[in-house]
Amino acid sequence: MADELVLLDFWPSPFGMRVRIALAEKGIKHEYREEDLRNKSALLLQMNPVHKKIPVLIHNGKPVCESLIQVQYIDEVWHDQAPLLPSDPYQRAIARFWADFVDKKIYELGRKIWTTKGEEQEAGKKEFIECLKLLEGELGDKPYFGGENLGYVDVVLVPFYSWFLAYEKCGNFSIEAECPKLIAWAKRCLQKESVSKSLPDQEKVYGFVLQLKKIFGIE
Amino acid sequence: MAVVKLFGAWTSPYFYRVIWALKLKGIPYECIEEDLLNKSPLLLQYNPVHKKIPVLVHDGKPICESTIIPQYIEEIWPQPSLLPSDPYERAMARFWIKFADDKLILLALSPSISKMYRASGEEQEKAVKYILEMLETMEDHGLIGGKKFFGGDKISMVDMAFGAVAHWLGVIEDAAGLKIFEAHKFPRLQSWIQNFKEVPIIKENLTDRDKMFALLKRRREMLLASK
Repeated sequence: MADELVLLDFWPSPFGMRVRIALAEKGIKHEYREEDLRNKSALLLQMNPVHKKIPVLIHNGKPVCESLIQVQYIDEVWHDQAPLLPSDPYQRAIARFWADFVDKKIYELGRKIWTTKGEEQEAGKKEFIECLKLLEGELGDKPYFGGENLGYVDVVLVPFYSWFLAYEKCGNFSIEAECPKLIAWAKRCLQKESVSKSLPDQEKVYGFVLQLKKIFGIE
Repeated sequence: MAVVKLFGAWTSPYFYRVIWALKLKGIPYECIEEDLLNKSPLLLQYNPVHKKIPVLVHDGKPICESTIIPQYIEEIWPQPSLLPSDPYERAMARFWIKFADDKLILLALSPSISKMYRASGEEQEKAVKYILEMLETMEDHGLIGGKKFFGGDKISMVDMAFGAVAHWLGVIEDAAGLKIFEAHKFPRLQSWIQNFKEVPIIKENLTDRDKMFALLKRRREMLLASK
């Protein structure tokens, strides 16, 4: 019996992008369904009753929720192609630590940058750059966080690159000036088809953010 | 033989998540109690990013975060298993572990930061509402089917992730003079709490209730007096 895989997603979501990249890296056939978050489908609400959020991965009718969990699930089920997590348990713990760090910090700080102004925004920018610098430290001289190939942390972090232009324009700063190594890493990732096909254009995301700001009445 | 050290603090439910994992698997370890108001240079060296407990040090290598440490322990010492072997069941377990972590952190059911006994008025009301929502989700979605534990018949990492609800919530309620968890409103949760606390390793490894109550009461009085 062939596997049936459906991804409920929303094009600008960095969390959705993680799953898209993982599926593409492993060449897994699936159906992509775009959700309108102002009018969530009955399927979404049924498959993720606790959080009612995307992305939701539905594998043979059974839902898996939360992007980090979905990426790990994909890695475990399709373990023969393009492994994302290291095989060594200690290295796996390190990878999970940094994925958890990205999850706890980058989205919230990025959000702070495009939704606030003045002192709050400045504090957000400062902490955001500090976090990116910590990540640069972890990357070191490796081409990817996963070493020679794209790994778990790369998949978890690179989607936020599509939001960098929006952060820079809203926050009036240059991420590249502060973290050139990280930008070089992101561009390296984008050379991979799995990443370039999964990430929307930065200008498109910026346009979306401007729309959101209008809707929420944020200057 | 490899040496296992665990940095922690007696009040923290996050610390206990790791203790339970180690003890359930019969892994000997050395415990290093940290004073959270005066953290040791060694702790800061092992966890420079977050500077928090718990930290597990195995063979001199540090592992941080109370949801990541048990997974590491599971991979090095697989028996008895605390996580399902089936990838889908494992994804479900991870979902509930994340839910517990997200809700309990924001709350937080750790005596050092809980808004419930630290705050009053509107702030406290918000915290209470938040906890009730969490308890309702656990009752309606997590424990559906009348299971003994979150993962079925055996205790797993999911139960340990919710440990704060089984033991710490009650003490914090008492210290704050609140009653949030009413057993008759949450029958499945009430059963689960009893099942959880009856597991011998759990029963023998719970933070001293009276000692914690006294500490929280003192802290609450100090905080309210300073406002």
